[in-house]
Amino acid sequence: MYSNGYIFRYAAILVVLAAAFLSLASVLLKPFQERNKAIDKMEGILSAARVEGVNANNAIPYFDKYIVDEQVVNAKGEVVNSYTQNQKDKAQAFNLDMKVELYNKAHNKPFQLPVYIAEKEGQKIYIFPMRGTGLWGAIWGNIALSSDLNTVIGVYFGDASETPGLGGEIKSDKFKDQFIGKKIFDNEGKFTSIEVVKGGIQKLPAGDRIHGVDALSGATLTSNGVNDMLKNVLGIYLPYIEKNR
Amino acid sequence: MSTEKMEKEPLFSAKNIKLLTGPVNMNNPITVQVLGICSALAVTAKMKPALVMALAVMIVTGFSNLVISLLRNGIPPRIRIIVQLVVVAALVILVDQILKAFVYDVSKQLSVFVGLIITNCIIMGRLEAFAMGNKPWPSFLDGIGNGLGYGLILLIVAFFRELFGSGTILGYEVVPQSLYHAGYENNGMMILPPMALITVGVIIWVQRYYNRELLEDK
Repeated sequence: MYSNGYIFRYAAILVVLAAAFLSLASVLLKPFQERNKAIDKMEGILSAARVEGVNANNAIPYFDKYIVDEQVVNAKGEVVNSYTQNQKDKAQAFNLDMKVELYNKAHNKPFQLPVYIAEKEGQKIYIFPMRGTGLWGAIWGNIALSSDLNTVIGVYFGDASETPGLGGEIKSDKFKDQFIGKKIFDNEGKFTSIEVVKGGIQKLPAGDRIHGVDALSGATLTSNGVNDMLKNVLGIYLPYIEKNR
Repeated sequence: MSTEKMEKEPLFSAKNIKLLTGPVNMNNPITVQVLGICSALAVTAKMKPALVMALAVMIVTGFSNLVISLLRNGIPPRIRIIVQLVVVAALVILVDQILKAFVYDVSKQLSVFVGLIITNCIIMGRLEAFAMGNKPWPSFLDGIGNGLGYGLILLIVAFFRELFGSGTILGYEVVPQSLYHAGYENNGMMILPPMALITVGVIIWVQRYYNRELLEDK
Protein backbone atom coordinates (compact mmCIF):
# COMPACT_ATOMS: atom_id res chain seq x y z
CA MET A 1 0.00 0.00 0.00
CA TYR A 2 1.03 3.58 -0.55
CA SER A 3 1.61 5.81 2.46
CA ASN A 4 0.01 9.21 2.76
CA GLY A 5 3.46 10.78 2.49
CA TYR A 6 4.04 9.03 -0.83
CA ILE A 7 0.66 10.18 -2.16
CA PHE A 8 1.35 13.80 -1.24
CA ARG A 9 4.85 13.72 -2.73
CA TYR A 10 3.57 12.05 -5.88
CA ALA A 11 0.79 14.59 -6.35
CA ALA A 12 3.06 17.56 -5.65
CA ILE A 13 5.76 16.44 -8.09
CA LEU A 14 3.24 15.60 -10.80
CA VAL A 15 1.49 18.95 -10.55
CA VAL A 16 4.76 20.92 -10.54
CA LEU A 17 6.00 19.00 -13.57
CA ALA A 18 2.74 19.55 -15.47
CA ALA A 19 2.78 23.25 -14.60
CA ALA A 20 6.40 23.68 -15.71
CA PHE A 21 5.70 21.84 -18.96
CA LEU A 22 2.66 23.98 -19.77
CA SER A 23 4.39 27.23 -18.83
CA LEU A 24 7.23 26.37 -21.16
CA ALA A 25 4.82 25.58 -24.00
CA SER A 26 2.91 28.79 -23.37
CA VAL A 27 6.06 30.94 -23.40
CA LEU A 28 7.37 29.30 -26.57
CA LEU A 29 4.08 29.56 -28.46
CA LYS A 30 3.08 33.04 -27.31
CA PRO A 31 4.78 35.01 -30.12
CA PHE A 32 3.01 32.89 -32.76
CA GLN A 33 -0.36 33.34 -31.05
CA GLU A 34 0.04 37.10 -30.68
CA ARG A 35 0.97 37.35 -34.32
CA ASN A 36 -2.09 35.32 -35.35
CA LYS A 37 -4.34 37.58 -33.31
CA ALA A 38 -2.86 40.71 -34.86
CA ILE A 39 -3.18 39.23 -38.35
CA ASP A 40 -6.78 38.25 -37.66
CA LYS A 41 -7.56 41.81 -36.56
CA MET A 42 -5.90 43.24 -39.68
CA GLU A 43 -7.84 40.87 -41.93
CA GLY A 44 -11.08 42.00 -40.30
CA ILE A 45 -10.29 45.66 -40.80
CA LEU A 46 -9.23 45.21 -44.43
CA SER A 47 -12.23 42.98 -45.10
CA ALA A 48 -14.60 45.75 -43.94
CA ALA A 49 -12.90 48.17 -46.36
CA ARG A 50 -13.41 45.49 -49.05
CA VAL A 51 -9.73 45.18 -49.92
CA GLU A 52 -9.55 42.11 -52.19
CA GLY A 53 -7.17 39.17 -51.92
CA VAL A 54 -6.19 39.45 -48.26
CA ASN A 55 -5.18 36.25 -46.50
CA ALA A 56 -3.20 35.33 -43.40
CA ASN A 57 0.09 35.39 -45.32
CA ASN A 58 -0.15 38.86 -46.83
CA ALA A 59 -2.28 40.67 -44.24
CA ILE A 60 0.65 42.60 -42.74
CA PRO A 61 1.99 44.14 -46.01
CA TYR A 62 -1.57 44.85 -47.20
CA PHE A 63 -2.38 46.53 -43.89
CA ASP A 64 0.74 48.69 -44.19
CA LYS A 65 -0.19 49.62 -47.73
CA TYR A 66 -3.86 50.51 -47.28
CA ILE A 67 -4.14 51.86 -43.73
CA VAL A 68 -2.73 55.37 -43.72
CA ASP A 69 -3.74 56.54 -40.25
CA GLU A 70 -4.65 54.86 -36.97
CA GLN A 71 -6.38 57.30 -34.64
CA VAL A 72 -7.36 57.19 -31.00
CA VAL A 73 -10.58 59.08 -30.36
CA ASN A 74 -11.95 60.23 -27.00
CA ALA A 75 -15.56 60.54 -25.83
CA LYS A 76 -15.92 64.04 -27.33
CA GLY A 77 -14.78 62.78 -30.74
CA GLU A 78 -11.40 64.48 -30.55
CA VAL A 79 -8.37 62.73 -32.01
CA VAL A 80 -5.89 62.28 -29.16
CA ASN A 81 -3.35 60.08 -30.92
CA SER A 82 -2.56 59.53 -34.56
CA TYR A 83 -0.12 56.99 -35.95
CA THR A 84 0.94 57.14 -39.57
CA GLN A 85 4.25 55.30 -39.47
CA ASN A 86 5.03 51.87 -40.79
CA GLN A 87 4.89 49.45 -37.86
CA LYS A 88 1.13 49.55 -37.81
CA ASP A 89 0.65 46.90 -35.15
CA LYS A 90 2.61 49.08 -32.71
CA ALA A 91 0.08 51.90 -32.92
CA GLN A 92 -1.78 52.83 -29.76
CA ALA A 93 -5.09 52.54 -31.62
CA PHE A 94 -4.32 49.02 -32.80
CA ASN A 95 -3.70 47.83 -29.26
CA LEU A 96 -6.86 49.22 -27.70
CA ASP A 97 -9.20 46.49 -26.51
CA MET A 98 -12.79 47.28 -27.51
CA LYS A 99 -14.10 45.07 -24.71
CA VAL A 100 -12.28 47.11 -22.07
CA GLU A 101 -13.09 50.47 -23.64
CA LEU A 102 -16.81 49.73 -24.04
CA TYR A 103 -16.89 48.43 -20.47
CA ASN A 104 -15.40 51.72 -19.29
CA LYS A 105 -17.95 53.60 -21.36
CA ALA A 106 -20.81 51.61 -19.84
CA HIS A 107 -19.50 52.39 -16.35
CA ASN A 108 -19.04 56.10 -17.00
CA LYS A 109 -15.26 55.90 -16.87
CA PRO A 110 -12.96 57.64 -19.36
CA PHE A 111 -12.50 55.63 -22.54
CA GLN A 112 -10.80 55.81 -25.91
CA LEU A 113 -11.76 54.21 -29.20
CA PRO A 114 -9.74 53.35 -32.29
CA VAL A 115 -10.53 54.60 -35.81
CA TYR A 116 -8.65 53.31 -38.84
CA ILE A 117 -8.36 55.41 -41.96
CA ALA A 118 -7.65 53.58 -45.20
CA GLU A 119 -6.92 54.90 -48.65
CA LYS A 120 -8.16 52.77 -51.50
CA GLU A 121 -8.07 53.91 -55.13
CA GLY A 122 -7.69 57.52 -53.96
CA GLN A 123 -10.76 57.28 -51.75
CA LYS A 124 -10.63 57.85 -48.00
CA ILE A 125 -12.34 55.13 -45.95
CA TYR A 126 -13.10 55.30 -42.21
CA ILE A 127 -13.20 51.98 -40.40
CA PHE A 128 -14.83 51.68 -36.97
CA PRO A 129 -14.43 48.55 -34.83
CA MET A 130 -17.55 47.34 -33.01
CA ARG A 131 -18.38 44.90 -30.26
CA GLY A 132 -21.64 43.64 -28.79
CA THR A 133 -23.51 40.56 -27.65
CA GLY A 134 -25.18 37.93 -29.79
CA LEU A 135 -27.24 35.00 -28.58
CA TRP A 136 -24.59 32.80 -26.96
CA GLY A 137 -21.66 35.12 -26.52
CA ALA A 138 -19.78 38.12 -27.81
CA ILE A 139 -20.05 39.33 -31.39
CA TRP A 140 -17.76 41.91 -32.95
CA GLY A 141 -17.03 43.48 -36.27
CA ASN A 142 -15.89 46.48 -38.25
CA ILE A 143 -17.90 48.91 -40.34
CA ALA A 144 -16.26 50.93 -43.09
CA LEU A 145 -17.76 54.26 -44.13
CA SER A 146 -16.81 56.28 -47.19
CA SER A 147 -15.32 59.79 -46.96
CA ASP A 148 -18.82 61.33 -46.49
CA LEU A 149 -19.05 59.29 -43.23
CA ASN A 150 -22.54 58.26 -44.22
CA THR A 151 -22.39 55.59 -46.92
CA VAL A 152 -21.32 52.08 -45.90
CA ILE A 153 -18.41 50.66 -47.90
CA GLY A 154 -18.54 47.26 -46.22
CA VAL A 155 -18.77 45.40 -42.95
CA TYR A 156 -17.07 42.51 -41.23
CA PHE A 157 -18.51 40.39 -38.43
CA GLY A 158 -17.11 37.78 -36.10
CA ASP A 159 -18.60 35.81 -33.23
CA ALA A 160 -17.47 33.78 -30.27
CA SER A 161 -20.15 31.09 -30.32
CA GLU A 162 -23.22 31.82 -32.47
CA THR A 163 -25.01 28.75 -33.85
CA PRO A 164 -23.28 27.57 -37.03
CA GLY A 165 -25.63 27.91 -39.99
CA LEU A 166 -28.04 30.22 -38.15
CA GLY A 167 -26.56 33.09 -36.13
CA GLY A 168 -23.13 32.14 -37.43
CA GLU A 169 -24.31 33.29 -40.85
CA ILE A 170 -23.60 36.91 -39.86
CA LYS A 171 -20.11 36.08 -41.14
CA SER A 172 -21.42 35.07 -44.57
CA ASP A 173 -20.98 37.31 -47.60
CA LYS A 174 -24.70 37.07 -48.28
CA PHE A 175 -25.49 38.87 -45.02
CA LYS A 176 -22.57 41.30 -45.10
CA ASP A 177 -23.06 42.37 -48.73
CA GLN A 178 -26.49 43.75 -47.86
CA PHE A 179 -24.82 46.59 -45.95
CA ILE A 180 -22.93 47.93 -48.97
CA GLY A 181 -24.25 51.34 -50.03
CA LYS A 182 -26.58 51.73 -47.05
CA LYS A 183 -26.61 55.08 -45.23
CA ILE A 184 -26.42 55.81 -41.50
CA PHE A 185 -27.93 59.34 -41.71
CA ASP A 186 -31.32 60.35 -43.16
CA ASN A 187 -31.91 63.27 -45.51
CA GLU A 188 -32.23 65.74 -42.61
CA GLY A 189 -28.86 64.60 -41.27
CA LYS A 190 -30.33 62.68 -38.36
CA PHE A 191 -28.46 59.54 -37.23
CA THR A 192 -30.50 56.43 -38.02
CA SER A 193 -27.91 53.66 -37.74
CA ILE A 194 -28.63 50.58 -39.83
CA GLU A 195 -31.56 48.52 -38.74
CA VAL A 196 -31.50 44.73 -39.01
CA VAL A 197 -35.15 44.09 -39.84
CA LYS A 198 -36.90 40.86 -38.93
CA GLY A 199 -39.11 39.76 -41.83
CA GLY A 200 -37.12 41.79 -44.35
CA ILE A 201 -36.76 45.44 -45.32
CA GLN A 202 -39.90 45.28 -47.46
CA LYS A 203 -41.72 45.92 -44.20
CA LEU A 204 -40.12 49.37 -43.94
CA PRO A 205 -41.50 52.44 -45.74
CA ALA A 206 -39.74 52.77 -49.11
CA GLY A 207 -37.73 55.79 -47.97
CA ASP A 208 -36.27 53.98 -44.96
CA ARG A 209 -35.02 50.92 -46.81
CA ILE A 210 -31.67 52.61 -47.37
CA HIS A 211 -31.16 52.39 -43.58
CA GLY A 212 -32.05 48.71 -43.17
CA VAL A 213 -30.97 45.18 -44.01
CA ASP A 214 -32.79 41.83 -43.83
CA ALA A 215 -32.38 39.90 -40.60
CA LEU A 216 -31.31 36.26 -40.74
CA SER A 217 -34.15 33.78 -40.59
CA GLY A 218 -33.88 31.45 -37.62
CA ALA A 219 -31.47 33.81 -35.88
CA THR A 220 -33.61 36.62 -34.50
CA LEU A 221 -31.57 37.12 -31.35
CA THR A 222 -28.24 37.25 -33.16
CA SER A 223 -29.78 39.66 -35.69
CA ASN A 224 -31.01 41.84 -32.82
CA GLY A 225 -27.51 41.70 -31.38
CA VAL A 226 -26.04 43.00 -34.64
CA ASN A 227 -28.71 45.70 -34.76
CA ASP A 228 -27.96 46.83 -31.20
CA MET A 229 -24.20 46.67 -31.72
CA LEU A 230 -24.42 48.96 -34.77
CA LYS A 231 -26.71 51.42 -33.04
CA ASN A 232 -24.76 51.45 -29.79
CA VAL A 233 -21.20 51.63 -31.11
CA LEU A 234 -21.89 54.01 -34.00
CA GLY A 235 -23.73 56.11 -31.42
CA ILE A 236 -20.57 56.28 -29.33
CA TYR A 237 -18.53 57.27 -32.38
CA LEU A 238 -21.17 59.87 -33.33
CA PRO A 239 -19.30 62.95 -31.99
CA TYR A 240 -16.27 61.99 -34.12
CA ILE A 241 -18.44 61.27 -37.16
CA GLU A 242 -20.38 64.55 -36.85
CA LYS A 243 -17.11 66.47 -36.46
CA ASN A 244 -15.59 65.08 -39.64
CA ARG A 245 -18.62 65.04 -41.93
CA MET B 1 9.23 -1.32 -18.09
CA SER B 2 9.62 -4.81 -19.45
CA THR B 3 11.52 -4.17 -22.65
CA GLU B 4 12.51 -7.84 -23.02
CA LYS B 5 8.90 -8.87 -23.24
CA MET B 6 8.31 -6.12 -25.79
CA GLU B 7 11.01 -7.58 -28.04
CA LYS B 8 9.41 -10.98 -28.03
CA GLU B 9 6.24 -9.53 -29.44
CA PRO B 10 6.51 -7.68 -32.78
CA LEU B 11 5.35 -4.04 -32.67
CA PHE B 12 2.46 -4.70 -35.00
CA SER B 13 1.47 -8.18 -33.96
CA ALA B 14 -2.02 -9.38 -34.76
CA LYS B 15 -3.07 -8.56 -31.21
CA ASN B 16 -1.74 -5.01 -31.42
CA ILE B 17 -3.33 -4.43 -34.83
CA LYS B 18 -6.61 -5.52 -33.30
CA LEU B 19 -6.21 -2.82 -30.62
CA LEU B 20 -5.94 -0.30 -33.41
CA THR B 21 -8.77 -1.53 -35.64
CA GLY B 22 -11.19 -2.89 -33.03
CA PRO B 23 -12.47 0.52 -31.91
CA VAL B 24 -13.01 1.58 -35.53
CA ASN B 25 -15.87 -0.87 -35.99
CA MET B 26 -16.74 -3.62 -33.53
CA ASN B 27 -15.81 -1.69 -30.40
CA ASN B 28 -16.42 1.84 -31.64
CA PRO B 29 -16.41 4.35 -28.77
CA ILE B 30 -19.38 6.31 -30.12
CA THR B 31 -21.66 3.73 -31.70
CA VAL B 32 -20.94 0.71 -29.49
CA GLN B 33 -19.64 2.09 -26.19
CA VAL B 34 -21.81 5.23 -26.65
CA LEU B 35 -19.19 7.57 -25.18
CA GLY B 36 -18.22 11.06 -26.29
CA ILE B 37 -21.62 11.78 -27.82
CA CYS B 38 -21.79 15.41 -26.66
CA SER B 39 -18.82 16.64 -28.63
CA ALA B 40 -19.92 14.53 -31.60
CA LEU B 41 -23.10 16.61 -31.70
CA ALA B 42 -21.36 19.93 -31.21
CA VAL B 43 -18.57 19.99 -33.77
CA THR B 44 -20.08 18.10 -36.71
CA ALA B 45 -21.99 20.88 -38.49
CA LYS B 46 -19.04 21.28 -40.88
CA MET B 47 -16.33 18.81 -41.88
CA LYS B 48 -13.23 20.92 -41.30
CA PRO B 49 -13.74 21.49 -37.57
CA ALA B 50 -14.79 17.84 -37.23
CA LEU B 51 -11.53 16.76 -38.85
CA VAL B 52 -9.39 18.92 -36.56
CA MET B 53 -11.40 17.82 -33.54
CA ALA B 54 -10.90 14.17 -34.51
CA LEU B 55 -7.14 14.70 -34.81
CA ALA B 56 -6.99 16.54 -31.50
CA VAL B 57 -8.91 13.79 -29.69
CA MET B 58 -6.77 11.10 -31.32
CA ILE B 59 -3.58 12.80 -30.14
CA VAL B 60 -4.93 13.25 -26.63
CA THR B 61 -6.24 9.67 -26.30
CA GLY B 62 -3.00 8.24 -27.70
CA PHE B 63 -0.58 10.22 -25.59
CA SER B 64 -2.59 10.23 -22.37
CA ASN B 65 -2.83 6.44 -22.64
CA LEU B 66 0.93 6.31 -23.22
CA VAL B 67 1.81 8.56 -20.28
CA ILE B 68 -0.60 6.90 -17.86
CA SER B 69 0.63 3.47 -18.89
CA LEU B 70 4.23 4.55 -18.25
CA LEU B 71 3.26 5.84 -14.81
CA ARG B 72 0.82 3.05 -13.99
CA ASN B 73 3.03 1.17 -11.51
CA GLY B 74 3.70 4.28 -9.43
CA ILE B 75 0.26 5.87 -9.38
CA PRO B 76 -1.33 5.56 -5.92
CA PRO B 77 -4.78 4.03 -6.58
CA ARG B 78 -6.48 6.46 -4.22
CA ILE B 79 -5.61 9.48 -6.39
CA ARG B 80 -5.47 7.75 -9.78
CA ILE B 81 -8.43 9.68 -11.24
CA ILE B 82 -6.81 12.99 -10.26
CA VAL B 83 -3.51 11.92 -11.78
CA GLN B 84 -5.33 10.93 -14.99
CA LEU B 85 -7.09 14.28 -15.07
CA VAL B 86 -3.85 16.21 -14.64
CA VAL B 87 -2.25 14.34 -17.54
CA VAL B 88 -5.30 14.72 -19.80
CA ALA B 89 -5.77 18.39 -18.93
CA ALA B 90 -2.10 19.17 -19.58
CA LEU B 91 -2.27 17.48 -22.99
CA VAL B 92 -5.52 19.21 -23.94
CA ILE B 93 -4.17 22.63 -23.00
CA LEU B 94 -1.05 21.90 -25.04
CA VAL B 95 -3.15 20.92 -28.08
CA ASP B 96 -5.26 24.07 -27.68
CA GLN B 97 -2.15 26.26 -27.51
CA ILE B 98 -0.65 24.61 -30.58
CA LEU B 99 -3.87 25.06 -32.55
CA LYS B 100 -3.96 28.74 -31.57
CA ALA B 101 -0.38 29.17 -32.69
CA PHE B 102 -0.50 27.34 -36.02
CA VAL B 103 -4.08 26.90 -37.27
CA TYR B 104 -5.72 29.98 -35.84
CA ASP B 105 -8.82 29.96 -38.06
CA VAL B 106 -9.74 26.40 -37.10
CA SER B 107 -9.03 27.12 -33.46
CA LYS B 108 -11.49 30.02 -33.69
CA GLN B 109 -14.18 27.70 -35.09
CA LEU B 110 -13.65 25.02 -32.45
CA SER B 111 -13.51 27.62 -29.66
CA VAL B 112 -14.45 25.97 -26.36
CA PHE B 113 -14.76 22.43 -27.68
CA VAL B 114 -11.02 21.81 -27.64
CA GLY B 115 -10.94 22.65 -23.94
CA LEU B 116 -13.90 20.34 -23.43
CA ILE B 117 -11.91 17.35 -24.72
CA ILE B 118 -10.85 17.09 -21.07
CA THR B 119 -14.35 15.94 -20.23
CA ASN B 120 -14.59 13.52 -23.16
CA CYS B 121 -15.61 10.22 -21.58
CA ILE B 122 -13.67 8.19 -24.16
CA ILE B 123 -10.34 9.38 -22.75
CA MET B 124 -11.03 8.69 -19.09
CA GLY B 125 -12.75 5.46 -20.10
CA ARG B 126 -9.70 4.15 -21.94
CA LEU B 127 -7.31 5.27 -19.20
CA GLU B 128 -9.27 3.38 -16.56
CA ALA B 129 -10.11 0.36 -18.66
CA PHE B 130 -6.88 -0.12 -20.56
CA ALA B 131 -3.87 2.08 -19.81
CA MET B 132 -3.89 1.40 -16.06
CA GLY B 133 -3.34 -2.31 -16.71
CA ASN B 134 -1.38 -2.58 -19.94
CA LYS B 135 2.08 -1.86 -21.30
CA PRO B 136 2.83 1.51 -22.96
CA TRP B 137 2.92 0.44 -26.61
CA PRO B 138 -0.41 -1.46 -26.64
CA SER B 139 -1.91 1.41 -24.61
CA PHE B 140 -0.74 3.95 -27.14
CA LEU B 141 -2.24 1.87 -29.97
CA ASP B 142 -5.48 1.47 -28.05
CA GLY B 143 -5.67 5.26 -27.59
CA ILE B 144 -4.97 5.97 -31.25
CA GLY B 145 -7.49 3.29 -32.25
CA ASN B 146 -10.22 4.80 -30.10
CA GLY B 147 -9.37 8.23 -31.48
CA LEU B 148 -9.71 6.81 -34.99
CA GLY B 149 -13.07 5.24 -34.21
CA TYR B 150 -14.31 8.51 -32.72
CA GLY B 151 -12.95 10.51 -35.66
CA LEU B 152 -14.49 8.19 -38.24
CA ILE B 153 -17.99 8.63 -36.81
CA LEU B 154 -17.43 12.39 -36.49
CA LEU B 155 -16.46 12.65 -40.14
CA ILE B 156 -19.38 10.52 -41.35
CA VAL B 157 -21.84 12.62 -39.36
CA ALA B 158 -20.20 15.88 -40.46
CA PHE B 159 -20.24 14.73 -44.11
CA PHE B 160 -24.01 14.28 -44.14
CA ARG B 161 -24.72 17.36 -42.04
CA GLU B 162 -22.58 19.63 -44.18
CA LEU B 163 -23.83 18.12 -47.46
CA PHE B 164 -27.53 18.48 -46.65
CA GLY B 165 -27.25 21.45 -44.31
CA SER B 166 -24.94 23.74 -46.26
CA GLY B 167 -24.59 22.07 -49.69
CA THR B 168 -20.81 21.94 -49.30
CA ILE B 169 -18.08 19.39 -48.49
CA LEU B 170 -15.04 20.74 -46.62
CA GLY B 171 -16.22 24.21 -47.67
CA TYR B 172 -16.43 23.45 -51.40
CA GLU B 173 -19.80 23.85 -53.11
CA VAL B 174 -20.94 20.44 -54.30
CA VAL B 175 -24.65 20.97 -54.83
CA PRO B 176 -24.93 22.48 -58.34
CA GLN B 177 -26.51 25.93 -58.65
CA SER B 178 -29.03 24.56 -61.17
CA LEU B 179 -30.51 22.41 -58.42
CA TYR B 180 -31.09 25.51 -56.26
CA HIS B 181 -32.72 27.23 -59.24
CA ALA B 182 -34.99 24.20 -59.58
CA GLY B 183 -36.24 24.83 -56.05
CA TYR B 184 -33.87 22.72 -53.88
CA GLU B 185 -33.03 24.25 -50.54
CA ASN B 186 -30.46 23.45 -47.87
CA ASN B 187 -32.05 21.82 -44.86
CA GLY B 188 -31.47 24.12 -41.88
CA MET B 189 -32.47 21.30 -39.53
CA MET B 190 -29.26 19.44 -40.39
CA ILE B 191 -27.22 22.24 -38.86
CA LEU B 192 -28.86 21.80 -35.47
CA PRO B 193 -27.53 19.30 -32.90
CA PRO B 194 -30.67 17.07 -32.83
CA MET B 195 -30.02 15.98 -36.41
CA ALA B 196 -26.51 14.92 -35.39
CA LEU B 197 -28.07 12.64 -32.79
CA ILE B 198 -30.42 11.20 -35.41
CA THR B 199 -27.51 10.72 -37.83
CA VAL B 200 -25.54 8.89 -35.13
CA GLY B 201 -28.65 6.78 -34.54
CA VAL B 202 -28.83 5.85 -38.21
CA ILE B 203 -25.14 4.91 -38.20
CA ILE B 204 -25.70 2.67 -35.16
CA TRP B 205 -28.67 1.06 -36.95
CA VAL B 206 -26.71 0.38 -40.14
CA GLN B 207 -23.69 -0.91 -38.20
CA ARG B 208 -25.80 -3.35 -36.18
CA TYR B 209 -27.65 -4.53 -39.25
CA TYR B 210 -24.34 -5.70 -40.71
CA ASN B 211 -22.82 -6.88 -37.42
CA ARG B 212 -25.49 -9.01 -35.81
CA GLU B 213 -23.23 -9.99 -32.90
CA LEU B 214 -23.50 -6.40 -31.62
CA LEU B 215 -27.23 -6.84 -30.99
CA GLU B 216 -28.18 -7.07 -27.35
CA ASP B 217 -30.00 -10.19 -26.13
CA LYS B 218 -33.69 -9.68 -25.83
